[in-house]
Amino acid sequence: MSAPTREPLTGTLIFERGAPESRCVESPALDVPDVSLSEVLSGRQRTEPPVLPHVTEVEIARHYERLASANFGVDSGFYPLGSCTMKYNPKIDEWACRLPGFAGLHPYQPPETVQGALEVMWELQELLAEIAGLPAVTLQPAAGAHGELTGLLAIRAYHTANGDPRARVLVPDSAHGTNPATVAMCGYEIVQVPSDERGGVDVAVLNTLLDTDVAAIMLTNPNTLGLFDENILEITAAVHAVGALAYCDGANLNAILGKSRPGDMGFDALHINLHKTFATPHGGGGPGSGPVAVSGALAPYLPGPLVARAADGAFSLVTPERSIGRVRSFVGNFGVLVRAYAYIRALGGSGLTEVAEQAVLSANYLKELLRDVWPLPYDRVCKHEFVLSGGRMRKQTGVRTLDVAKRLLDYGIHPPTIYFPLIVDEALMIEPTETESKETLDRFAGVLRTIAAEAAEDPGLLQGAPYSTPVRRLDEAAAVKRPDLAWVPPKGGPG
Amino acid sequence: MRFIPVTCEEQAEMLRVVGADTVDDLFVDVPAAARLGRPLALPDPLGEVELAAHLEDLASADSHAGSVVSLLGGGCYDHYVPAIVDAVISKPAFFTAYTPYQPEVSQGTLQAVYEYQSMICALTGMDVANASMYDGATAFAEAALMAARVMRRHRVVVSAAVHPEWRETLATYVGAGVLDIVMCPMRDGVTDAAALRGLVDDRTAAVLAASPTFYGALDDLETLAGIAHDAGALLVAGTNPILLGVLEPPAAYGADIVVGEGQPLGNPQSFGGPGLGIFACRQEHLRQMPGRVAGRTTDVDGRTGFVLTFSTREQHIRREKATSNICSNHALNALAAGVYLSAVGREGLAGIGRACVAKAHYLESRLVETGRFERVFSAPFAHEFTLRYTGDVAAMQARLLERGFFAGLDLGRFRAEDAGCVLFAVTEKRTRAQLDRFVAEVDAL
Repeated sequence: MSAPTREPLTGTLIFERGAPESRCVESPALDVPDVSLSEVLSGRQRTEPPVLPHVTEVEIARHYERLASANFGVDSGFYPLGSCTMKYNPKIDEWACRLPGFAGLHPYQPPETVQGALEVMWELQELLAEIAGLPAVTLQPAAGAHGELTGLLAIRAYHTANGDPRARVLVPDSAHGTNPATVAMCGYEIVQVPSDERGGVDVAVLNTLLDTDVAAIMLTNPNTLGLFDENILEITAAVHAVGALAYCDGANLNAILGKSRPGDMGFDALHINLHKTFATPHGGGGPGSGPVAVSGALAPYLPGPLVARAADGAFSLVTPERSIGRVRSFVGNFGVLVRAYAYIRALGGSGLTEVAEQAVLSANYLKELLRDVWPLPYDRVCKHEFVLSGGRMRKQTGVRTLDVAKRLLDYGIHPPTIYFPLIVDEALMIEPTETESKETLDRFAGVLRTIAAEAAEDPGLLQGAPYSTPVRRLDEAAAVKRPDLAWVPPKGGPG
Repeated sequence: MRFIPVTCEEQAEMLRVVGADTVDDLFVDVPAAARLGRPLALPDPLGEVELAAHLEDLASADSHAGSVVSLLGGGCYDHYVPAIVDAVISKPAFFTAYTPYQPEVSQGTLQAVYEYQSMICALTGMDVANASMYDGATAFAEAALMAARVMRRHRVVVSAAVHPEWRETLATYVGAGVLDIVMCPMRDGVTDAAALRGLVDDRTAAVLAASPTFYGALDDLETLAGIAHDAGALLVAGTNPILLGVLEPPAAYGADIVVGEGQPLGNPQSFGGPGLGIFACRQEHLRQMPGRVAGRTTDVDGRTGFVLTFSTREQHIRREKATSNICSNHALNALAAGVYLSAVGREGLAGIGRACVAKAHYLESRLVETGRFERVFSAPFAHEFTLRYTGDVAAMQARLLERGFFAGLDLGRFRAEDAGCVLFAVTEKRTRAQLDRFVAEVDAL
């Protein structure tokens, strides 16, 4: 008798399920005269139907339930993915964005029929302006990187309008990859700024790089090491002294809500990742939303449309006078905006401040629990996250940070961000967020200690991990060597 | 409401461990002048009951597709979304996950992306599709940038018949002078092919067009592809994926890059976002494609699995040399599209397309018969069409809104020459009874 086996959760494609006669949703009966497609489409009708699945609803339900079982989300367990702020996503926000008066709106409806939606957007603009310490906000960008593009194009337009086009943008070596990629898309030359021994911008070097050909600096503060730049006021002042502007990558805003505002630090523009700080879900990669807050000087350049409120309280869509133009269609990722609005109203100013305080306390607490296991390259109070180096472990045991990450999966914990920022050897970037219990943090620290002990005793154990996941390490080289990026029906098969 | 599970007692214990007296000690690195020093001036917190009531109040101030019969299109459409779609995308393991950077615990997302890519390839006829862009407009802009990289040329010719918001987005994206845009005029609701011939030369990276056009007309992609290819340039073709059960795929006409707004595939209108950007191309251009791609491979035990692949194109690896700065995409909307296409299947998609086309043609004829609308173009159309109203458009729309209809899109708001023209979209959700009632109301104007 052979051992009982289970069908693997994944691997069988939806195309391979069902049968040619299987149906889920039937098309509605045609209640108008039928047409000859070849006639009305002038011969542009499809001759070969697209190869789509043939499945019943129950097969769809089971298929995706199996896929979901092979996935890991914030609701599955601890997800300390640095720089990503994987906090809990409140369920009322999901309910809210599905209300028919929000989900059922067309973007070109007359303004008088969408006053509720415009009120949400106008209020959110105001709330984010107060949180950012910057007066004008566009909700249009679809993601953080999209916000960067928006902000940098506005800065470019500002310099151009002043008859002072500039050529270079400064970006620290600890920056997210999106920063230099955005700089390139905006046609600027990128100049890398080194970090100093305290993990901040090396101000001495910065001063040598600043001149009147610098358009802007793009900074993340707190930065990707989880450190607040102690010289931030000096930095933004020096940037402004040469007529350049300061752009803040707001990926780490969660650490400073209600404590310190980018506008008060001297930043001229900031993008806000609603899908990080304001608890909207990441959706397995998106959709996000990346509103941009700017100073009064940059406000005329924001992409339209923005929401304006008239004296009589009526809301309308307006485009700023010297707008760079729209950066996408319609008004923005409205469904995400509703979620963020609901979250901010649930917490209020006091709740948001508490978020930052707990996020920072939890990160510092974890840092203390782990600092003797992995070296801490920058040893000072951290903000919402901290970065450890796996360099020593690699040297002593041959176990890489990648192996530690894979072993964490066997303990049911999502790994931290690894190999980023690039300036830390074998980096582990840990962001607990405020929505994790002390029990979870203690368990995580305990598991990492166990893993460190495993690394010392049996490096091979970690190098072979994970063992208990739906699949184990995947052959990424083969994926590139023999690209299989789309299913094609087998020849002679039912298709 | 608060979502912090740490108790006061535990906070005190944690402070002890970090050696701080108060939480404020953890903010000593913030210079005094950069500290807020006052509470945020935001409204007080709301409990869930009060919050729900507040949000319902706001939403109930709006008229929506459930309360008004919509004939609005122009890039966002009132199609039926099967119940199974929301049931799937509401699974927390999908919607609370991050980008699948750890494939061993992200097979659900990765396989769903692979299946989505496969379906987009099936619909468009292209070799490869990415995991999604933000929307149709940004996919269109990124396609122009990609064509320039592929061709090493810095000029694109854009059809004036393309959605104005797509064109405007492209203009913004290349506003820093990274690309020159040449506008090709339109004729009869589609690209003026004769004019195009004179605008395309050996400096042209791509011709950018769409079929259906913004005006609902079917463009002659075959001719446009021929003109582009004769000059060694690419054809970027915009499409509406929900019509690809009845329309010949863009690949059949020689399109090199296909983009589109994927909202019609199982995503609510949601005031225009989030939908998703569809992006597909030929295998030979894969390395210049923006965005994430999932691929099928095997694990160390030989089991089938999926990974993000060809990542050396992307910003987190290549930084300023990446094909785009895109990081977050619209994965959950792509998941919805995949579930949608599975639910309707190949016959269902054709049936939906046929229903849309038949109903649109029915309404168009009936409206012309009223004598209050006249035809503007002779080009064929699918489920969207442009008519000229013989009176004042704003007054007509206001009157019909009172009668329970969103009476199409006033094209005069996009282009002065189109004043008087109205774009109507008809989906499979519209019934003959609704359309007849609409025609009767037009008759009664």
